[in-house]
Amino acid sequence: MSWKTAFLSNLDEVGIFVKSESISPLVELWEIDDRHWQNFAKMAFEFKLRWAAGFAENPPQSPFQKGEEKQFYVHACFEKSGDYILLRATINFSKPEIPSQATVYAAANRSERHTHDMFGITFLNHPDPRCWTRHKVWKKSDHPLRHDFPVQGFPADITPPDTDYHFVQSHGVGVYEIPVGPVHAGIIEPGHFRFQAVGELILNLEERLGYVHKGTEKIAEGRTPEGLAKLAGRVSGDTCVSHAWAACMAMEQAAGVETPKRAALIRGIFAERERIANHLGDLGAICNDVAFAFAFMQFMRLKELLCRSNYELFGHRFLMDKIIVGGVAVDVTETTSHVLLSDIEQLRTELASLMPAIDLNSSLEDRLYTAGYLSPETAAHFGTLGFVGRASGQDFDVRRDAPYAPYDSVKVKVAFEDQGDIASRFWVRYKEINASLKLIEQFIEQLAQLPEGDLVATWKTPETGSYGLGIVDGWRGEIISYVRFGENNTIARFYPRDPSQLNWEALEKAVLNNIVPDFPVCNKSFNCSYSGNDL
Amino acid sequence: MLRLFQKIFTTGVVTENVKVYDEELEAIGVEIKRYIDQNFAGSLAIRQVDAGSCNGCELEIHALSNPFYDVERFGIHFVASPRHADVLLVTGVVSRAMQTALLRTYDATPNPKWVIAMGDCASCGGEFGVSYASCGAVNNVIPVDMTITGCPPTPLVLLKSLLALMQKK
Repeated sequence: MSWKTAFLSNLDEVGIFVKSESISPLVELWEIDDRHWQNFAKMAFEFKLRWAAGFAENPPQSPFQKGEEKQFYVHACFEKSGDYILLRATINFSKPEIPSQATVYAAANRSERHTHDMFGITFLNHPDPRCWTRHKVWKKSDHPLRHDFPVQGFPADITPPDTDYHFVQSHGVGVYEIPVGPVHAGIIEPGHFRFQAVGELILNLEERLGYVHKGTEKIAEGRTPEGLAKLAGRVSGDTCVSHAWAACMAMEQAAGVETPKRAALIRGIFAERERIANHLGDLGAICNDVAFAFAFMQFMRLKELLCRSNYELFGHRFLMDKIIVGGVAVDVTETTSHVLLSDIEQLRTELASLMPAIDLNSSLEDRLYTAGYLSPETAAHFGTLGFVGRASGQDFDVRRDAPYAPYDSVKVKVAFEDQGDIASRFWVRYKEINASLKLIEQFIEQLAQLPEGDLVATWKTPETGSYGLGIVDGWRGEIISYVRFGENNTIARFYPRDPSQLNWEALEKAVLNNIVPDFPVCNKSFNCSYSGNDL
Repeated sequence: MLRLFQKIFTTGVVTENVKVYDEELEAIGVEIKRYIDQNFAGSLAIRQVDAGSCNGCELEIHALSNPFYDVERFGIHFVASPRHADVLLVTGVVSRAMQTALLRTYDATPNPKWVIAMGDCASCGGEFGVSYASCGAVNNVIPVDMTITGCPPTPLVLLKSLLALMQKK
């Protein structure tokens, strides 16, 4: 018996009635009354469901609704054992209120604050009523994602900094604060970190993000499917393949278009190469943050070789815009396959001589072991995803647990550790590189058996109001992308949930009781995206 | 330790020669070059500012430090404070939340200073353009002396553009 049946009967007992509808084999839409929003979360928490995403939208207006009051849809996405529930409640425009789920799931905290800033929906009893994404970019009374808000907004000549934000204060002898950012000392994205420290020990870290909010959700509205695929590739530049894939998957689901098998395999190859490239870069960067220049240079060299090979074979170093709606923009021919296979061989040989030199390095051990510890309990609490979760006992991978083409036709081995420190995250990523190499080999093998054929499916204009939920495993972890179509093949709503949105909060906990100079390496071992978080 | 040295010696030097040809220099602008020669005398300290990029441009700036390009051999180095910088290398559209931060960074950079807008977003707005949340291209906020287009520009394009600034007339 599926856990859903038992869960539904439990909900029924407490008077929460669910109207369900299947979106895809793995996702069901459940509609409930808005009054039960928080109670549902409590039940879900008891049932050990993972809170995965939250977002709102202006529902499509049907002709019958004219004259009636406008409404909002509020969504939350839950997962257990690879089955997803997209939960929906409808609330009135004139009184946009709904009980908060953040009181139950810490993971929902920032997401609800974002929704509040963007839609003006109040989450009742929310534990943290401060603004999150807004800063002082728009007025408190304005809400950018409402229909009546123009995309150009009402900006001031110079937007003032958000100086009124109340950070957590600390008191006591010897406690001091370190404000960092938004412009950091290195070549990284902007964000603000507020440390409270005694001596070198971090007592508390508070992240203040939202500096790279570029209005991604708003400017997606009215785009064509092709335009949305391009924009999705820029939600977070280092994840251009997987974000474009998730958005395309959602659009294809909405339109009822199936990608050709060949295209699915090529998407898989691209996504795994993206994973390898980013893992190589970050393994190097982790070593660099503890001043182990040898490993940094070696990993950077290996990453560069991969990027160059991407450029020569496919025309872009990060494979941007190579995933298009309905399929892929470039083929993997037989000759290309040979190069890909020799790339794999070369990388294996390199890593075989490199990793023992790193593994036996005691100064690296000193810095990475036990530092930045994230306990499995905390990781579960924040719904931590990807390699960060997998290094802290969260054994979940969309590719294995909720497989989509082409992962449904191969054996996916998921790297797993549970020590939860930086070393754990380091080795999980190394294991993932090896697993990805094996996956690419399997994809190439399957490609070789396929006849040459179409790379792109014929697009069908989706019905007005149709929607889809794309769920893929990017290199940072599960990406959830929601797309709804409006009239004439245009996008009415796009919401991408980057794994960083959940992993950022876990970082705040992982750095506690570490020393301030270890923050950079802790941060790098998570490597969350600012752009993917701020949208 | 032996393994480490073995790997270093078997890897060898992978750093590549980079030549900048006259046409490329011309494309970047002779006027700009004269200015640089006069003011920076062949060494360039760069402060990178992400004003609202998707982080794609940052990946390529990082690549400049890998052993293939090794940007430091040309006297180009990235510094931690705008007060140490000759050049601000700005990526991304300028998000409105970053507008003041960028202006302050610009003010903190001593004269003579140079602003390079890197990538399509910084050069012309790219996929994001001007909106309620974005001021668009960098020159909508601070004066820009040079743009490097591309999404993102490859490290080679980036390196050549930087070298063009450094070359003596």
